[in-house]
Amino acid sequence: MFMLLINRLKTFSKGGIHPPEDKYSADKAIEILPLPANVKVPISQHIGIPAVPVVERGEHVKTGQVIAKTGGFVSANIHASASGKIAKISEEMDTSGYRRMTIMIRVDKEEEWVEGIDTSNTLVKDITFTREEILQKILEGGIVGMGGATFPSHIKLNIPRGKKADVLIINGVECEPYLTSDHRLMLEKSEELIIGIKILMKALGVERAIVGIENNKTDAISKLADLTNADSSISIAPLKVQYPQGGEKQLIKALIDREVPSGGLPIDVGTVVHNVGTTYAVYEAVQKNKPLIERIVTVTGKSIKNPSNLLVRIGTPVSDLIEAAGGLPDDTGKVISGGPMMGKAIDDLSIPVTKGTSGILILPEQESVRNKSKVCIRCSKCISVCPMGLEPFYLMTVTQRGNYEEAEENRILDCIECGSCAYICPSNRELLDYIRLGKSNVTNIIRARERV
Amino acid sequence: MNPTIITTIVSLSGMGAVAAIILYFVAQKFKVETDPRIDDVEDVLPATNCGGCGFPGCRAFAEALVKSPDISDLHCPVGGNDVMKQVGAILGAEVAEKDPYVAIVKCSGSFEHRKKTNVYDGAPNCTIASMLYGGDTGCAYGCVGLGECVDSCDFEAMYMDENTGLPVVLEDKCTACNACVKACPKDIMELWPKGRKGKRIYVACMNEEKGGVAKKNCAVACTGCEKCIDECKYDAIVIENSLSYIDGEKCKLCRKCVDVCKTHSILEINFPPPKDRPPKDRPDRKLARTKKETEKIETVDTGKSIEALPDISPNENADSSNENDKSE
Amino acid sequence: MESNLLTVSPSPHIHQEQSIQKIMLDVIIAMLPAFGFSIYVFGLGALLVTLNAVLSAVLFEYLITKYLLKKPPDIMDGSAVVTGMLLAFNVPSNLPWWIVVIGSFVAVGIGKMSFGGLGNNPFNPALVGRVFLLISFPVQMTSWPVPFESRTSITDIVTGATPLAVIKEGLQNGESLTNLMKEVPPHLDFLLGTQPGSLGEISALLLLVGFIYLLIRKVISWHIPVITIGTMFAFAGILWLANPERFIDPLFHILAGGAILGAIFMATDYVTSPMTLKGIVLYSIGIGVITILIRVFGAYPEGMSFAILIMNAFVPLLNKYFKPSRFGEIVKNG
Repeated sequence: MFMLLINRLKTFSKGGIHPPEDKYSADKAIEILPLPANVKVPISQHIGIPAVPVVERGEHVKTGQVIAKTGGFVSANIHASASGKIAKISEEMDTSGYRRMTIMIRVDKEEEWVEGIDTSNTLVKDITFTREEILQKILEGGIVGMGGATFPSHIKLNIPRGKKADVLIINGVECEPYLTSDHRLMLEKSEELIIGIKILMKALGVERAIVGIENNKTDAISKLADLTNADSSISIAPLKVQYPQGGEKQLIKALIDREVPSGGLPIDVGTVVHNVGTTYAVYEAVQKNKPLIERIVTVTGKSIKNPSNLLVRIGTPVSDLIEAAGGLPDDTGKVISGGPMMGKAIDDLSIPVTKGTSGILILPEQESVRNKSKVCIRCSKCISVCPMGLEPFYLMTVTQRGNYEEAEENRILDCIECGSCAYICPSNRELLDYIRLGKSNVTNIIRARERV
Repeated sequence: MNPTIITTIVSLSGMGAVAAIILYFVAQKFKVETDPRIDDVEDVLPATNCGGCGFPGCRAFAEALVKSPDISDLHCPVGGNDVMKQVGAILGAEVAEKDPYVAIVKCSGSFEHRKKTNVYDGAPNCTIASMLYGGDTGCAYGCVGLGECVDSCDFEAMYMDENTGLPVVLEDKCTACNACVKACPKDIMELWPKGRKGKRIYVACMNEEKGGVAKKNCAVACTGCEKCIDECKYDAIVIENSLSYIDGEKCKLCRKCVDVCKTHSILEINFPPPKDRPPKDRPDRKLARTKKETEKIETVDTGKSIEALPDISPNENADSSNENDKSE
Repeated sequence: MESNLLTVSPSPHIHQEQSIQKIMLDVIIAMLPAFGFSIYVFGLGALLVTLNAVLSAVLFEYLITKYLLKKPPDIMDGSAVVTGMLLAFNVPSNLPWWIVVIGSFVAVGIGKMSFGGLGNNPFNPALVGRVFLLISFPVQMTSWPVPFESRTSITDIVTGATPLAVIKEGLQNGESLTNLMKEVPPHLDFLLGTQPGSLGEISALLLLVGFIYLLIRKVISWHIPVITIGTMFAFAGILWLANPERFIDPLFHILAGGAILGAIFMATDYVTSPMTLKGIVLYSIGIGVITILIRVFGAYPEGMSFAILIMNAFVPLLNKYFKPSRFGEIVKNG
């Protein structure tokens, strides 16, 4: 039964906006997309050093086989997401806008998995591995943050000396409009998720986990709450529907009322945050020996015929997903990889789905072009919505004038690039464009300063 | 006279006088002793405060000149050798004569040569556009076309050509101050020796992709075929990452590489057209010209085929008498 | 045009509906109830003065932007209309047309465009115009038409002094406050709006209706009007408690004169008010205190315009030193 004590929904205290939710695919069950003819697997789908290919052209690989190994400390393994012959290893276009090394596999008609991978749907409840073994399996499985940040997960779980974690936070917020992949995962793979959470708790060495879910997913909240009823170590916390509730720092503030210090990491306040998609991938890697080779991608938009949540192999071209959702609408103006607030607009539909692709959003033409940018009228709405307490109008002006000292002093590096400021500005100023530019320049200046 | 007026005048004048005396003594006591030569040197400098010398403003440069024991490697690009000679005379020091430099645009990927792959709708700033994607064409190394270089120029020596989408440098106004070089996020701008009679040859491409890919995205890209290197007798050309680079100091302006380059990626500026070269080999680019020529520039209708375009190799030089181009 | 090419831009890719134009429109709508009432009370004069002020303001903005600043003019964003209306709200309804034009010129030309146009002015343009007119044309600017008695005529207007002016002059002449209070309309009249005054300041009730509208439409927040009026009430209250024979009661203070008009529509101007919460609080308190000081101890019967302009001058300082609290600020305790 429902044993949640909610007096008032928790939320982060500073700023935030509430864009229209537009969750058209919220009640669409996950569908498995058939294997494409070719998968193009980039070797750099994560933050850090790209992986190094360990296969050659012409070689035959099985599904789940390692095709590129970690290239350094901050790196991750890349696996074949389908079995087949390596057709070519070349530089192909990906979401970065630049051509990068990609391994293309011509997919077999009959799929062949690597031995030892459990492809069945049976729930494996017992966690028999030690902490070190769990971390090793997560590293081998190529697990990275699937909320979009793609930070290698095994590094996040390796707590640096001198720091301690006391609570694990699971991010089931999905605050971006339109996206529903995490929602469906929480509804349909709830038991696997709980086991995944327990595995992560063991890996971290903590006794407590909190799952934060925005209050527009009441079915997921009650389902998970029912399952964790008897277990007091995992609690489900519904959160106010406010963007960017799912931002790491905001989520930590909302759930345990601690502020990650400027320039710091969540571990500085004793916690680690993982996305539900990552948690599920951890379950599969540890309990089923299955590396990260597929993920749920929401295909959605106002004009899309069948908004869907598709289970897709990494490396599938985006055009396949759009076809499965009813084809590209005639009035398409923009195609976005991710959500409308922080996603990246793409210009080439043949690019592959990667580990961080949470959704494909089609925006119609009339919503794709920005209104003309005007002068700042000093309404201070950008300040009132900034979740980090910054002054976006000022950061934009000092960046335009090249005054990077002032930008650094006013904490431009604290910006999480959520886009709330540009969303709310009545003058349609390109606030975030210039703040990003300022961040990049200030980072370079600081690096140059530290070298001296 | 009204006593109020008299009181007012007297009291205000008195306050003014007292203030003036205090200020005089304070100015004397806290006076900063400066070398008078700094003022003299500053007077001959061009006062543009562009930073081309490497110092923050002309005053700072003047101070550096006066304070350095050896000024042979300090140079004002705006004032040039004339100004440096004057500085040398004031300070009684040796100055180095430097060849004049000019900014060049190492990209020829105009609208005609590069097809667009998306429509960019972000802030009109080249660095922001190149942080998002490599531009709105298939070549991620080429000019983005939003004019950050033009905005950075203090001397109004650049403009964006609306027909090609590329920046144009006005030779006569360019002072080689380095502002556009620093501004360009793609490193397309470079300072190049102006050359004998203003002639210079350089590879107008930054594309580091292999031949086939480069050519698919831009018709005048450097494919890294190395024919230019084979042809060059002076070892002035090197190749790295499928991109040729001509060393401006080593180049002897023999022009052989220009003829041999199949994609017309190598540009020659201010050369007269040789009589035996058919005009249809020349691509349709507007090159940097002298001031007179610039004033006569008309827009090029890119609907015409290349053969029909006028021969645009200018031969205008100080000592050349032939003013008209061989137009068709 | 390449119609099959996708558009790309940096994120975010969605935007809320509000624009400068919509905000200005909301402000105009919020002023309409009080405006309508002023026509009802003062007649044709109110309408003509307002139209004159608005049209001159728009015209001057257009001409100056196009020919002096040499930028494409954007009069459709509505900010000149709002400036014109607010200027009209601050003057008597029988102000000669040429004075209104001068007022618009000063408001738009000096108060706004000389600083570079919208967004760059440190002082509230309508108040700059109003104060200029008050100092340059003191007689015309302080003869207020009596309500209802001159509605249909533009030439034969019966004028009188505002209640605050009556009391100020009376106190200076040594009359007792209690007697003076009998000469001015009762408090209720101020709420409804039947006392002499400028055409925008008379009906407190309808101005409050406008305030509620602006709150609902999320154009302004409650802070500046509430804190300003609250400070005035508190300060005036303290004085009144100390000496009821010399100082008017606080309720009278907030209902009389341009206090409510100023607090809701003039002090809340985006461009000239502070941008951080701490700054806003100090700004509002400052306006409240200075208004009462001028009213009680100064030479003018009404001090709101001057108070706002004085605090406008402090706004850049407030913006610089009262920054919002940053997330993840290293706090003192362990």
